[in-house]
Amino acid sequence: MSQSNQFEPEIIAFCCNYCAYAAADLAGSKRMQYPVNVRIIHSPCTGKIEMEHILAAFEKGIDGILVAGCLEGGCHFLEGNLRARKRTDRIREMLDEIGVGGERLKMVNLSAAMAPTFVQRVEEIVAEVRALGPNPLREKVGAL
Amino acid sequence: MIVATPKPVTELKNIIARHGKVLFVGCGTCVTVCLAGGEREVGIASYAVRMARKIDGKPVDLVQVTIERQCENEFIKDLAEPVSKAEAIVSFGCGVGVQTIAERFPNKPVYAGLNTQFMGTLEEQALWTEKCLGCGDCMLAQFGGICPITRCAKRMLNGPCGGSKEDRCEVSEDRPCAWQLIYQRLKNIHQLDRLDTIVPPKDWTTSWHASPRKILRPEHRV
Repeated sequence: MSQSNQFEPEIIAFCCNYCAYAAADLAGSKRMQYPVNVRIIHSPCTGKIEMEHILAAFEKGIDGILVAGCLEGGCHFLEGNLRARKRTDRIREMLDEIGVGGERLKMVNLSAAMAPTFVQRVEEIVAEVRALGPNPLREKVGAL
Repeated sequence: MIVATPKPVTELKNIIARHGKVLFVGCGTCVTVCLAGGEREVGIASYAVRMARKIDGKPVDLVQVTIERQCENEFIKDLAEPVSKAEAIVSFGCGVGVQTIAERFPNKPVYAGLNTQFMGTLEEQALWTEKCLGCGDCMLAQFGGICPITRCAKRMLNGPCGGSKEDRCEVSEDRPCAWQLIYQRLKNIHQLDRLDTIVPPKDWTTSWHASPRKILRPEHRV
């Protein structure tokens, strides 16, 4: 929580090395501002992000996750981002069933040059997750 | 191989609702290959069930172990220690694995974590199709290696029926007519004459309808 009483979500952005990570870097170089709620995890490809990584983060109480990969058809490894799309769709269903809420997980496709898009998507997920409130597991993380 | 599918998270959660410490056991053979009950799938199910229970305010202690094969006692004996510490076991093996573990540990509740489906083959990535019903009296030699008992919707031994359209089954357009496949296959291997013989009604006493089957082969007994 911030000093004001507004809930400040903690969000992880899994960023592909070939696009989103470079886009985030470019956003920094251009001195573009985006919310500090996001922590970036550098990934070789969104196809390398296993379902377990996302579920583990939610279990530990993260409020939202953004999976940011290359534009469809533009994956450095040909189809890693397409696989990531299928996996995130499946995890979203599971999160709904579990009670965490699938809307806390988003996937975005962008290129290395799309720094404004990266910033916009980050702002969107922060606003959406802020409206959703904390991960229901957050206050229960200590238990077992 | 035996093909299975995972049970929904809610069902798994309900199955173990009365327990606080549960052992999830994966199987390293068929269900690992069909992406349903291997080490990774057990891990995913554990995350999901643990989270669901926490949200319900009833946290559960889940321990995961994956053994090479659940359908053989030789491999199950390695489970003795983790089983002794758990209130219940959820087996992510096929129905055979679940029951073999239950027999090995008669005082522990053992539940199924998967829905066992069929004996089938991997057609392409993440697509399995049923190929064998295990009828106990294989007739594939007569049908060019394509089983009408498994793959024909009517289980016809003297097909095709009048419902097939082109090479598709009338039950579903996604489903090839097994008898079309049989005809094509016999033609390719120059054995169309096999279709000249009427196949008599099958003896089903070797199949699962009769009773649980048992095989004893004295030459391999010790």
